[in-house]
Amino acid sequence: MARTIQSLERAAAMLRLLAGGERRLGLSDVASALGLAKGTAHGILRTLQQEGFVEQDPASGRYQLGAELLRLGNSYLDVHELRARALVWADDLARSSGESVYLGVLHQQGVLIIHHVFRPDDSRQVLEVGAMQPLHSTALGKVLCAYDPVAHSELADSAREAFTDRTVTGLADLEGVLDLTRARGWASDVEETWAGLASIAAPIHDRRRMPVGAVGITGAVERVCEEGELRAQLVASVRDCARAVSRDLGAGRF
Amino acid sequence: MTTTHGHGPFIAAIDQGTTSSRCIVFDRDGRIVSVDQKEHEQIFPKPGWVEHDAKEIWTNVQQVVAGAVEKAGITSADVKAIGITNQRETTLLWDKNTGEPVHNAIVWQDTRTDALCKELGRNVGQDRFRRETGLPLASYFSGPKVRWLLDNVEGLRERAERGEILFGTMDSWVIWNLTGGVNGGVHVTDVTNASRTMLMNLRSLAWDERILSSMDIPAAVLPEIRSSAEVYGTAKGGALEGVPVASALGDQQAALFGQTCYDKGEAKSTYGTGTFMLMNTGDEPVQSYNGLLTTVGYRIGDQKPVYALEGSIAVTGSLVQWMRDQMGLINSAAEIETLASSVEDNGGAYFVPAFSGLFAPYWRSDARGVIAGLTRYVTKAHIARAVLEATAWQTREITDAMTKDSGVELTALKVDGGMTSNNLLMQTLSDFLDAPVVRPMVAETTCLGAAYAAGLAVGFWPDTDALRANWRRAAEWTPRMDSDTRDREYKNWLKAVERTMGWIDDES
Repeated sequence: MARTIQSLERAAAMLRLLAGGERRLGLSDVASALGLAKGTAHGILRTLQQEGFVEQDPASGRYQLGAELLRLGNSYLDVHELRARALVWADDLARSSGESVYLGVLHQQGVLIIHHVFRPDDSRQVLEVGAMQPLHSTALGKVLCAYDPVAHSELADSAREAFTDRTVTGLADLEGVLDLTRARGWASDVEETWAGLASIAAPIHDRRRMPVGAVGITGAVERVCEEGELRAQLVASVRDCARAVSRDLGAGRF
Repeated sequence: MTTTHGHGPFIAAIDQGTTSSRCIVFDRDGRIVSVDQKEHEQIFPKPGWVEHDAKEIWTNVQQVVAGAVEKAGITSADVKAIGITNQRETTLLWDKNTGEPVHNAIVWQDTRTDALCKELGRNVGQDRFRRETGLPLASYFSGPKVRWLLDNVEGLRERAERGEILFGTMDSWVIWNLTGGVNGGVHVTDVTNASRTMLMNLRSLAWDERILSSMDIPAAVLPEIRSSAEVYGTAKGGALEGVPVASALGDQQAALFGQTCYDKGEAKSTYGTGTFMLMNTGDEPVQSYNGLLTTVGYRIGDQKPVYALEGSIAVTGSLVQWMRDQMGLINSAAEIETLASSVEDNGGAYFVPAFSGLFAPYWRSDARGVIAGLTRYVTKAHIARAVLEATAWQTREITDAMTKDSGVELTALKVDGGMTSNNLLMQTLSDFLDAPVVRPMVAETTCLGAAYAAGLAVGFWPDTDALRANWRRAAEWTPRMDSDTRDREYKNWLKAVERTMGWIDDES
């Protein structure tokens, strides 16, 4: 085996973390995401900054990808590509769960809905592509915050409105929710955003294991939950769908 | 995908397509249980010639059937029927006694019969057989391809006249082999495939003797014309031994059937490399005076046949590919939407992709592509928008032609195919048509249509109402554009179309 150089591996991990549309991360976010001491992380970031691969926003002190790196041809996953890849699997999830399916990505301080499949019951429904959902209370938002450090840092800055009396708004409590989300691999929202509605969501990863979005179902709480618990069959269907889309993204470029 | 899907029984659909053969197993709800697929070689012996090796195709069909059955974890006992859908018009002649093709299959895209078609038009021109067949004399259709083979393969005409040779489109070839081949295989085709040969009379649904003699094709080679949904025979050998072979439909007609367009005025449009739109016109064939084709939509058993008008757009998805591969303006097909969404409108630019002339409803081979309305203001994002709008306007032109020919207003358009993942395109389509655009939950409408027809034939589903009940709306786009804007934009588009015409001088 050839020897590898640890600091280069760490630098590469940082670039991956920062790779994305409008991503900016503070030093502590970078350090904790990679499990590094702040001093170590800062040294690497400064080096990358000198090379032009990373830039620091003078106002907030946050880091983002540098123009030099973009010039090298690094491109993030196009959201429309993500939708095209997810289409078949999202249809199948709607069929098997009987509920509507949403695909969301981080956009500014919320979840942008990039794909929506109607609930398969012939009722009148309106396409919600382009709508925004809150990060702190929705299942999609919680998944993004749990897996994407950029979303996580946006969560801290966002106004966390209490939509119902079940909405968790305190940062410390939310951290507990996100720990649970990471531990079990999915998130839920039982009447925390909309009265009468419950959601389940799971993360979608790309071929570099970066979190690129979340997929989930939303439906009447009576159908999605059973005896106060989320129905295990629905959780399994959502996670199967997220895994299938992730596998598809890992299968090489179009 | 595995056993989380419903339990048996199942229907297997074989899609013998232009680039690959596929088999999909469906459950009673019309959901996909398993898929297997294999590509075959595209043979280009000369510019403009396209052939397939029919033996390779039959081997692949056997493999994908076995593959799909294995992936589903089922046996032939769980499968109630086999349905067939196929690339249309592709023509094969084979030896009845040995099962050997006498030549590669001549593919629908092959243009070797261009000159022959002109000759067959005599003093009448390309509409010589339109009244009987609904088709113009063009190189796509099977009849002239059969004639070319009889004229160019040595000794073939004599063998054909002695009754040793069988003709078929790919449905016939697959069914003949599935049901035993040289050991009692049935030699049949369905009304939809027969309607693309240019040899069948649309009203009588029988081979037209006058056309046969005009094209000099011996009746002995022809398969029996049957309905699209009935038991033709049972599979002999292979993974589905003993299962009834119970449907055949050309691919676009299968998509119409899979989209459950069972009422007059219902239409589907399949957005791929090119686009094919079919509208159900009920139990009477409608002659087109606006450049569309008249064809059989489907026929279930001994019920009345259902006819359709067809319009095709040569360049839709392929224009996006052109933007990616030739222009390098995007890295993937999906990025066209990202680029186009970065601006509010087309900035005054219109793109008419008449790369090989204008097709329906104009039929002008002297036209070539144009980007009109350019100013310093126009960016690549405006061009991307114009690219998507081109597909939407061309759909509008075809629906207008359909309305003129049939007198039926389009109430909603059912869409399928790869480009339906483009949200901006679907919204634009709805805006330009001023009608709702609806995407069904199963994307594989072609295979689903073949499965539905086969299932009806064996009583797996009771009637078309039961199939409609299976149909699920996955998304619907409704018009958001005001009519003044739509009218102004349509006028501009038509002006741009005019500017493509007459580019090629002295067409001959």
